[in-house]
Amino acid sequence: MQYILTSAFASNANSGAYGINSAMEGMGLVMDDGRIKHHPILEFKEGRKVRFTFDGKELEGYEGEPIACALHAAGVRVLKESPELKRPRGFFCAIGNCSSCLMTVDGRPNVRVCVERLREGMNVITQKGKGVLLADK
Amino acid sequence: MSSLLTSEICVVGAGPAGLKAAISARDMGAHVTLVDSEVNLGGQLVKQTHKFFGSRGQFAGMRGIDIAKLLADEVSRDPSVDVMCESQVVGFYEDGTLAIEKDDSIQFLKPERVICAAGASERMLSFPNNDLPGVYGAGAAQTLMNVYGVKPGNRVLMIGAGNIGLIVSYQLLQAGVEVAAVLEAMPHVGGYDVHARKIQRAGIPILTSHTIKEAHGTRSVEDATVWALDSEFHPVIDSERYFEVDTICLAVGLTPLTELLWQAGCRMVYVPELGGYAPLRCENYETTHPGVFVAGDLAGIEEASSAMIEGVVAGLSAARSLGYETDGFEERLRLAKNELEALRQGPTGQKVRQGIRRLMALREVGEGI
Repeated sequence: MQYILTSAFASNANSGAYGINSAMEGMGLVMDDGRIKHHPILEFKEGRKVRFTFDGKELEGYEGEPIACALHAAGVRVLKESPELKRPRGFFCAIGNCSSCLMTVDGRPNVRVCVERLREGMNVITQKGKGVLLADK
Repeated sequence: MSSLLTSEICVVGAGPAGLKAAISARDMGAHVTLVDSEVNLGGQLVKQTHKFFGSRGQFAGMRGIDIAKLLADEVSRDPSVDVMCESQVVGFYEDGTLAIEKDDSIQFLKPERVICAAGASERMLSFPNNDLPGVYGAGAAQTLMNVYGVKPGNRVLMIGAGNIGLIVSYQLLQAGVEVAAVLEAMPHVGGYDVHARKIQRAGIPILTSHTIKEAHGTRSVEDATVWALDSEFHPVIDSERYFEVDTICLAVGLTPLTELLWQAGCRMVYVPELGGYAPLRCENYETTHPGVFVAGDLAGIEEASSAMIEGVVAGLSAARSLGYETDGFEERLRLAKNELEALRQGPTGQKVRQGIRRLMALREVGEGI
């Protein structure tokens, strides 16, 4: 089972999601292992699950959580490739400040996925290089 | 260009400092616009599951997450505070206009006073492969697990035994994550004893006079080499040890997020004890740019308790400068300043006291860029 926290962000999550969750379970989708199951202080609550694609693969996450969280929970740590030395880069600051997590989302490059919220059907791609602005294409 | 919005006081950042600044200015009768880049108010309080020490007036014994809720509720239900969430201040023009980005468009706001409470960012540490995925700021790891319920990794090496390193190590255990060790370059633990003892009781070694030599891994962190440091912080030959970890958390300090202050033209000085470049300010937390106030970590790295009181001082002072007056004003301001002083007493406040002394001395002689 997966949970999200009620503490802060879950107040924005869609309630009434139980039906969707159990329907997805019924479809045989495997719950991932990167989520905290039990916590001595924080309360956990199920939220609305959404699907998105990462480099063409279908993954699941919770609506409204940062894209980086959904990816991390699914075991994805490499988010971009550095422009010059082509080194793998990932999550680092979680406040949209360090540029380590820039990805291409729905065709838009340089999206800070540590603060960009996940929505149903998003197309998330590992960014290679500096990215091309839509206006320049 | 979209129309120019106006406001009496704009508070940038809704963490502990910004929330208290907004509430205090509102108490004086001022109209406040509170802007924050996040969905939820509270800044980094929203992930602080530990109970605060603080002082009598500053929520001692409460968890940060609950303080965030309390303060957020207070501003949210107040009609004299306009709250703009998911809105990032991206520009501070010379004439005092703020550029605010929301939903991919820019709005312009020209407030009569600005209180900057943008907080801080975590420091990097230089070592080979420090850019590998799996090397995370300790606070970032804390956000992953305490706000979003996602494990930062399976086995963590914590770098830094200040309060953040110690507290996050303990919270990792609470989240079901293994902590291999906590390293500290200094010969002694920097954080409070009570936190250090808690994680030692849980069986986590704290290696003082140790630091990371190198991280290893192809696509992400697979293990790390650490080594001992001598009294001059030089590595001790043949002291290497290996830790099999998939995550390395850096808790090696914070630096003020001062970009907006630089843009505004506030005079800045480098004060190592305050975390780097900090704004020159008077004792009412007004910068050298008239009408621009500061509070919290952006004014100098300290902690949430003092950030809240700095918010009170800045909020009261900004409202007062607009001509607002209430009966208890002088007394409230005096109490807040006393509380700040009390918080900075003792050995744990030494660094901050030294930093503020240096800041004020530099201001006296007209330093700053």
